Amino acid sequence: MESSEVNMSRDSSQLDESARGSSSPDVALERVLSLLKSHRDRSSVSLVCKDWYNAERWSRTHVFIGNCYSVSPEIVARRFPKIRSVTLKGKPRFSDFNLVPQNWGADIHPWLVVFAAKYPFLEELRLKRMTISDESLEFLAVSFPNFKALSLLSCDGFSTDGLAIIATHCKNLTELDIQENGIDDKGGSWLSCFPESFTSLEALNFANLTSDINFDALERLVGRCKSMRVLKVNRSISLEQLQRLLVNALQLAELGTGSFSQELTFRQYEELESTLSSSKNIHTLSGLWEAKGLHLPALYPVCTHLTFLNLSYAPLQSGELAELLAHCPQLRRLWVLDTVEDEGLEAVGSSCPLLEELRVFPADPFDEDIIHGVTEAGFVAVSYGCPRLHSVLYFCRQMTNAAVATIVQNCPDFTHFRLCIMDPGQPDYLTNEPMDEAFGAVVKTCTKLQRLSVSGLLTDLTFEYIGRYAKNLETLSVAFAGSSDWGMQCVLTGCPKLRKLEIRDCPFGNAALLSGLDKYESMRSLWMSACNVTMDGCRQLAREMPRLNVEVMKEDGMMVFKQIKYMFIVLLQAQGGMRHHLCLLSEMLAVKSYAGDDIPFCRHRVGLMFIQQSNSVKA
Amino acid sequence: MSKPIEHDYIGLSEQQLPSMEKSSDAGNKKNGLHLKATELRLGLPGSESPEREDHDHKLLSLKSFVSGAKRGFSDTLNGGGKWVFGGGSGGGSEGLFSPRSGGSNGGNGLSGSDSGVGGPVLKDEAAQKPVVGQEKKPQVAGGSGHGNGNIAPVSKAQVVGWPPIRSFRKNTMASHPPKNDDDAEAKLGSGCLYVKVSMDGAPYLRKVDLKFYGSYKELSSALEKMFSCFTIGQCGSHGVPSRDGLSESRLIDLLHGSEYVLTYEDKDGDWMLVGDVPWEMFTDSCKRLRIMKSSEAIGLAPRAMEKCKNRT
Repeated sequence: MESSEVNMSRDSSQLDESARGSSSPDVALERVLSLLKSHRDRSSVSLVCKDWYNAERWSRTHVFIGNCYSVSPEIVARRFPKIRSVTLKGKPRFSDFNLVPQNWGADIHPWLVVFAAKYPFLEELRLKRMTISDESLEFLAVSFPNFKALSLLSCDGFSTDGLAIIATHCKNLTELDIQENGIDDKGGSWLSCFPESFTSLEALNFANLTSDINFDALERLVGRCKSMRVLKVNRSISLEQLQRLLVNALQLAELGTGSFSQELTFRQYEELESTLSSSKNIHTLSGLWEAKGLHLPALYPVCTHLTFLNLSYAPLQSGELAELLAHCPQLRRLWVLDTVEDEGLEAVGSSCPLLEELRVFPADPFDEDIIHGVTEAGFVAVSYGCPRLHSVLYFCRQMTNAAVATIVQNCPDFTHFRLCIMDPGQPDYLTNEPMDEAFGAVVKTCTKLQRLSVSGLLTDLTFEYIGRYAKNLETLSVAFAGSSDWGMQCVLTGCPKLRKLEIRDCPFGNAALLSGLDKYESMRSLWMSACNVTMDGCRQLAREMPRLNVEVMKEDGMMVFKQIKYMFIVLLQAQGGMRHHLCLLSEMLAVKSYAGDDIPFCRHRVGLMFIQQSNSVKA
Repeated sequence: MSKPIEHDYIGLSEQQLPSMEKSSDAGNKKNGLHLKATELRLGLPGSESPEREDHDHKLLSLKSFVSGAKRGFSDTLNGGGKWVFGGGSGGGSEGLFSPRSGGSNGGNGLSGSDSGVGGPVLKDEAAQKPVVGQEKKPQVAGGSGHGNGNIAPVSKAQVVGWPPIRSFRKNTMASHPPKNDDDAEAKLGSGCLYVKVSMDGAPYLRKVDLKFYGSYKELSSALEKMFSCFTIGQCGSHGVPSRDGLSESRLIDLLHGSEYVLTYEDKDGDWMLVGDVPWEMFTDSCKRLRIMKSSEAIGLAPRAMEKCKNRT
């Protein structure tokens, strides 16, 4: 096996620059393979034989890298010469919740430098949890004349100045999607930087920016971009302004409103209602900041064809939601705040039989004794009314084992089940028992389960269940749960498809960590923080897995173990004076030995990564 | 396989180093400039690491580090002489990775709550309450009233990163809360007036609807029930004569002689003893209730009287 891998790697590097050969099987094969979009399919295909490997790499136009530290941009560029679209993910997910220190890394710039040289015709860049500076945005804007789509989700390091540069220089821009980032919002003048001659924008999302923008500039921009199908404005846009935008953009498919609470005159309201009636293409609606019941009826005409309604910034009461949902029979996805309470969720159950995804966010998550919010009753009500429900994110303050059992009985097709009982370690509030049986029911009944987040008081039994039954589980999030190492061991030895495991504040220690040696190579990431793992445990892990690169982040500093394979561990330890973050991020990497003691990181051998671990590498 | 190689990329400046780190720092120095050059500079919040200025010139040769990025991938491949932690543009020491909560509670993890640290980003981080994440025990939520036996007297301060809600949503809801006490009376058709009730020494707050009660008597018995598990000295009914006829508060009578008195914060932000004003006036002006220790309540009564006189 090893020698053939080496051969492949050598061959692929030879083939890099030379002609591919004009033998017809290759060209025909490439044609066929170019129809493949899924990365997993492509990875499988590339394993068949050398010819297929080559055909696949020449036909691939989009590369997805789930962990930016798993591979170097040079290797990506060498393997895939024809990339036009890149998706990159960086930091561990828990960085969204401030568990990863700032300036941790995941800087896009080195990638951009390589892409500028190797992919001058790059069109799309989609980043999640990466750091991107204004300088990098400028570099992007000037290096890629064909650049079309920029999407930044949960990224940081940049400001609105960077957006201004993009707007100014990217003449072919079709998509600018700025979501939930740590952006330095210096003002809204960036939007005015789109030239008057610029008409190609199809998707614009600046909903999460706070500054006012120049409305006239926006109005003109929307007016001249006739292909615009996605427009999500920020809170500074009033209802009246929204109407003026919409009237010139009746082709919109996705609309994010601004503030929904302006005092309107009767005539203004009528105008708004009339414009919305004409917007027959809108299937996704969001924004609705501070929405008041008063104006919601204007949305009714839009509601009839709505498939995705995001009310997660609109603190509606139950009655208001019920009335609105009565007009949304086609709804597939619904996001709400828990201000709607159980009654509101009952309305979901009765009005939206086609519902597939529900997210209930807490309006007041840090209030220490809130009276309102949703309970298990609301979730159960939805499950009765929405048998197609397969994806849920539910924040609540109380839950019972029986309720969850009922829910999964009604909806056995769950693929994503994320339950957050907000008080850590809280038991079944009726029986005072742990919530083990709840999640046991989930994994036993929902055989298609891919993603699970657990909460509440949980013993190792929960993890036994997960290990035993959750055979399709790919992502597991655990917090304040478990009794001993055994719990984590069950998961690591039991879940064959596990890719991402995130654990915080659990009593799992070195034995648990080291029980996953067979597993880590096929996983994308492991995060452990505030557990019982010690530095010695990390060192041992690094020793046992010589192809791992282990990074231990201590609270007051950072230490890096340099290994051959890149996998970093950030260790957060609960005991003692030293606290560490443990975060194990791994994708299989090509490996190489050191050139010397003072070379901190390893180089990567071409080809090995992709051939050996194609099931884990998305590239 | 080659032995795992450890590199300590943290070189704390002398004054910040705990003693155990100093030896490793000295060790690094022995290895020559190369490792020293790879050291990261850290500091406690608000402090500047003086040595950084020198290193910045050597280390910040790559544009990518203007933004303070920790490392670029290719940099690491090329010998990593550029491991600079934090550092905003121009070599300032913004963005230093430091224990966010300082020394106050043993350094409880890494919260991004200090917007002053971390360069130009995340300015919209709302400040979080102090973190006591590690000592939390499983608890029953107070609101349900079930399983009272499980209530552990542990401070219920916020835990870093919990519940798992993204910063943007957190900050948005924090700055524009759907309900707040100021708007409580103006709420459409709700007819509630929720005010927070805290008790010194109790692990968490409660909320009561003042409109639900018609008199001090009702309020006091409700509070008594709510906080009975925390009251150390039980209050029986003492037949204490009311003061000057102004005080009709049985609550004060009840608590008279116990460790606690009931106080409230009025619209002016002053803390007053409950019971000195007519009930309606009280519900109009009460923003918050606090059951405080008698020892702390000294001096409130005279002020309350003054205010009352000024009003009537």
